[in-house]
Amino acid sequence: MRSIIKDGQVAQDCWQVLRADTEGQYPAVAADVDVIIPLALWLADKAAWQGRAGQTAVWLAPDEDPQQLAADLNSLPLVAVDFPAFTDGRGYSLGRLLRERYSYAGELRALGDVWVDLLHYLWQVGFNAFEIKGGKDLDGALSGYDTFTERYQSTHREPVPLFRRRVTSL
Amino acid sequence: MYRYDEVDHRIVRERVEQFRDQTQRFLSGELAEDEFRPLRLMNGLYVQRHAPMLRVAVPYGHLASRQLRKLAHIARKYDKNYAHFTTRQNIQFNWPELARVPDILEELAEVEMHAIQTSGNCVRNTTTDAFAGVAQDEVLDPRAYCEIIRQWSTLHPEFAFLPRKFKIAVSGSVEDRAATQVHDIGLHVVRNETGEVGFKVIVGGGLGRTPIVGEVVKEFLPTRHLLTYLDAVLRVYNRFGRRDNKYKARIKILVKAMTVAGFAAKVEDEWLHLQDGPSTLRDADVAHYASFFTDPAYDLLPSNPPELVEKQATEPAFARWLERNTRPHKQAGYRSVVLSLKKTGVPPGDITAEQMDAAADWADRFGYGELRVAHEQNLILPDVRERDLYEVWQLAKSQGFATPNVGLLTDIICCPGGDFCSLANARSIPVAEAIQTRFDNLDYLFDLGEIDCNFSGCMNACGHHHIGNIGILGVDKNGEEWYQITLGGSQGSHTTIGKVIGPSFAQADVPLAFEKIMAVYLEQRTDGERFIETVRRIGLDPFKERVYAKHH
Repeated sequence: MRSIIKDGQVAQDCWQVLRADTEGQYPAVAADVDVIIPLALWLADKAAWQGRAGQTAVWLAPDEDPQQLAADLNSLPLVAVDFPAFTDGRGYSLGRLLRERYSYAGELRALGDVWVDLLHYLWQVGFNAFEIKGGKDLDGALSGYDTFTERYQSTHREPVPLFRRRVTSL
Repeated sequence: MYRYDEVDHRIVRERVEQFRDQTQRFLSGELAEDEFRPLRLMNGLYVQRHAPMLRVAVPYGHLASRQLRKLAHIARKYDKNYAHFTTRQNIQFNWPELARVPDILEELAEVEMHAIQTSGNCVRNTTTDAFAGVAQDEVLDPRAYCEIIRQWSTLHPEFAFLPRKFKIAVSGSVEDRAATQVHDIGLHVVRNETGEVGFKVIVGGGLGRTPIVGEVVKEFLPTRHLLTYLDAVLRVYNRFGRRDNKYKARIKILVKAMTVAGFAAKVEDEWLHLQDGPSTLRDADVAHYASFFTDPAYDLLPSNPPELVEKQATEPAFARWLERNTRPHKQAGYRSVVLSLKKTGVPPGDITAEQMDAAADWADRFGYGELRVAHEQNLILPDVRERDLYEVWQLAKSQGFATPNVGLLTDIICCPGGDFCSLANARSIPVAEAIQTRFDNLDYLFDLGEIDCNFSGCMNACGHHHIGNIGILGVDKNGEEWYQITLGGSQGSHTTIGKVIGPSFAQADVPLAFEKIMAVYLEQRTDGERFIETVRRIGLDPFKERVYAKHH
């Protein structure tokens, strides 16, 4: 059990993230744990993963195509996107695609190099759960939601961009 | 000029507070250097050779007099009484103290300015023609669209961490004065066969290590689709641009790898999903932003008033300045004045606090309180009555602003070079000064005519040397500063990348090489032929032969 941020609060969480070790091997997964697995493992044998006692979710690497998961989105309890480095911004586009193009409505979790300064942007593009990087202040990260009270663009949270709202209110 | 509303003010204030917090966390050790670097860069803060350097955005080169006075105040209070205009219409301070940068940002916010995205791997300041809104050859005033792009790009949640920096330039006139073909995206206002206004979209231009002239990905984009199309281009770049090698991470490399047709198809595919979405511009939206850029209440004046004509006839020095440093205006009886920041002995683009205050006063007294920054690193008074030009000239002279060299060889575009920049291989300022000194004779300089001379201290090409008619690149040879010369580059509607003429030169030999190149030009030119035209006609060989000839 560890803490993550979900929907604006610190929450206890049981999901394990399955990652390859340095040799590219995956550790064994107990049948009854809830696990977030890489896309490749999911695509290789969906039925086996779905047949486990524990829940199975999928994480995407930044260079993967969310379309490969499109058919499964309704049945997945959680989708995650990995941020191997906080400067790797590909995951923001994946977030928007999952929400806006593939209409994914479940939990969308950001994994990896994730901390307070990124929270605002991640929330705007559709993420609603954040596994804060080890060593970073978890409670303090909550303030990331409030960094900006307004933004100019059309986003997942506020599809009508500021220019349109401005002119409409004139 | 655009004015902030409550929301714009709030966003900038919140950005200042965010940066203050980030700076404090860095100074207290909570943020590591590797974590703070991308965050500070996104706010224009570099750590340079001597001190931090803060780059402040001048959106599309527009400055109000009160903003310029604030910049003067910052130069005095936080810096060493001067600042430097860059080739992307921004201004930078070379000596601020890191801990005081948040205070500078707070002062800037008071006058609706900021340093948001003036560096880092994000969408940078949108640039345009310095004569936008007053140029005679304008198809459409691009400034409303520049402001729309500025707002769209500011803190865009999806595009804060791109593979590399991203620069957008907009041109609204027949002649492209915004170097749109060497930007990541260049937008050129065009009309289609039915007279509708749209943008020709050019993608993948850029200088740096791999100079490339951009290619057209969309011949005609109706203006209402501007933002959805930009979103599509940026999304394709964000997802598929290379991130494994920073020297191959610009969009130009992606466009080359996919071919322009392949890239355009990918964008089109992405755009299908975004087109006609909520970011589509309605006429009323554009009209709202255009309402900030209406013409001032110009006086109805005759062109060429007698007091101007008389001074022009009797004072050759004034006539010379008038010819070089003023530009035609769409309104009769007015001209735009270019205040040259290229005086011999002063680093190109540098401006003192006193000069800033003076220029701000003239903008109020002789114009409508506005100034422009040109990407050639000069300052512009856009609306000066022709009858006031003589007085403006005298005042400009008194402040060292009136060197009549705009567009001539000594109007050198120049990066700060190794004196300031930690990336540079070589100093640029002393070499630019040596060239200016060598060509200080005005008769000779005028006889040489229009020549774009661009100078970069390293291959990052901040001085745009590739598109100078004559370009200089500082290179490092075993720890020594050497200088490579290119010929034949040009900016504008027919952008061309210059070619290296041969082995590089020691610092002391650069002015002599220039002199030989100019001698070949003077011998070879036909009547009225400009330098670049001669280079194009005769090729590089005659210049090479002269410059590298063995002494007898």
